Amino acid sequence: MSAGPGWRSGRIRLPLITLASFGVVLALWLWWSAHPTSNGFPPTPGRSVGRVLWEARRGQLWADLGASTSRILIGFVISAVMALPLGLVAGRTRVGQAAIVPFTEFVRYMPVTAFLAFSIILFGLDEGQKWFLIWMGTFWQLVLMVADDAKRVPNELVDAGRTMGLSDVAILRRIVLRAAAPKLWDSHRLALGWAWTWVVLAEQVNPKHGLGYAIDLGRKFNAYDKILGYLLVLGVVGLVTDQVLRMVGRRLFQHEQLAR
Amino acid sequence: MSSIQISALTKVFSGRRGEVQALGGVDLSLADREFVSVVGASGCGKSTLLSIVAGLTQPTSGTVTMDGVPVTGPGRDRGVVFQTYTLFPWLTALGNVEFGLSQEPLSRTERRTRAMDELRLVGLAEFADRYPNELSGGMKQRVAIARSLAYRPGVLLMDEPFGALDALTRTLMQELLTTIWEEHRLTVLFITHDIDEAVFVSDRVLVMTNRPGRIKEDIPVNLGRPRTPAMASSAEFRELHERVLAAIRDEAMAVMNTVEH
Repeated sequence: MSAGPGWRSGRIRLPLITLASFGVVLALWLWWSAHPTSNGFPPTPGRSVGRVLWEARRGQLWADLGASTSRILIGFVISAVMALPLGLVAGRTRVGQAAIVPFTEFVRYMPVTAFLAFSIILFGLDEGQKWFLIWMGTFWQLVLMVADDAKRVPNELVDAGRTMGLSDVAILRRIVLRAAAPKLWDSHRLALGWAWTWVVLAEQVNPKHGLGYAIDLGRKFNAYDKILGYLLVLGVVGLVTDQVLRMVGRRLFQHEQLAR
Repeated sequence: MSSIQISALTKVFSGRRGEVQALGGVDLSLADREFVSVVGASGCGKSTLLSIVAGLTQPTSGTVTMDGVPVTGPGRDRGVVFQTYTLFPWLTALGNVEFGLSQEPLSRTERRTRAMDELRLVGLAEFADRYPNELSGGMKQRVAIARSLAYRPGVLLMDEPFGALDALTRTLMQELLTTIWEEHRLTVLFITHDIDEAVFVSDRVLVMTNRPGRIKEDIPVNLGRPRTPAMASSAEFRELHERVLAAIRDEAMAVMNTVEH
């Protein structure tokens, strides 16, 4: 094969490698599901995708996707809105650091799954319980990530603000928050990814719809094609969301790429 | 009026490996509209001195007063230009200068006009809409100077502002700075380790001792104004250079023969 400039710079080669990594797993899956001893497990990729398409046609997929997305968004927004001020203060002040960071580290190590029972006692069986679990799984991590992002803002930028006579609050808001913004964007992008894990857990409890609920149903009825199909949907949604957020981040912070 | 009086200023930093006395009793005064440089070997505490005058660092003892009023913290009566680039990367050159004006009671258009005037003063009017990562090091420092001058402080504090620039750019920046100063006539405290730079821009050059830093010599620079590049090769200039060098040399030698601990 002749190696053109696009090939050598990686513009063509690297995406091909990425595709190949998906291809290898798909090939294994195809081989395994077609194997004489497979006996219906795992279901073939074709059957799994077919099941999702069928769920899409009858509207169930969209109801599930919508329910999970709205739970994630609400839980995550509550988490982010709470974590932002706490993280900024923890990252930039010694008192804030002492008050917030050790306790957050302490709670962070508690597995979210263990809070399932508490979430029901505290918030009942409805949406609040699901938001709580998503909050629980993202809030503590976010506080620490925001604190770290805020800490990495160069002191010189803060000093410059102080010499311009800005108040401490104005410095946090207009300099620290803004200077950390590109990193904060990435931190929130990562935390949002975790929220997709916790929504599946949260939807084990009395859901009407949801991707996690659908997977749980699949388990109860041994509908492995449904489980695998929905897992594919989770993966695709996660991948697409992440790529879109990355792209938006690059656009939003294009002038800060080199300066950081 | 913007005069600064520094008396018996000391600063002790306490770290894990004990205490370090950065300043050991600095006395110095800057008259209104005077351009004073402080030179010294690296680590002599000259940046600490500037930081205290800026109000960013608290002294251990001693006082700094501006027009008789004690300095207790940073304020808009003193503009600061740092050695490292401190432009806000998310704002254009114009945006950065406007940021410095955001505390002033100005309308949007007034603010823009004034910021534009300051950029013109440093010769960067046509770069107003560039972002810091699109500017050279010298341009960034010019924007930083414009940003500090925009809110009309009586005193400009400069901490090795041209230290990171190449030799040619540095010379041009020194000329630009003297031109600006000759127009604005504000009080300047200028920290540098470059002897020629100190002599070229200043009315007075102060030489600091090694840590704990004190003022060792006060050398008046009687070169005329406006300063021109030709002056740098005059006999008077060479003589001043030698005087500063002689004062700083012993200190620098002492530093070289000390093992940092």
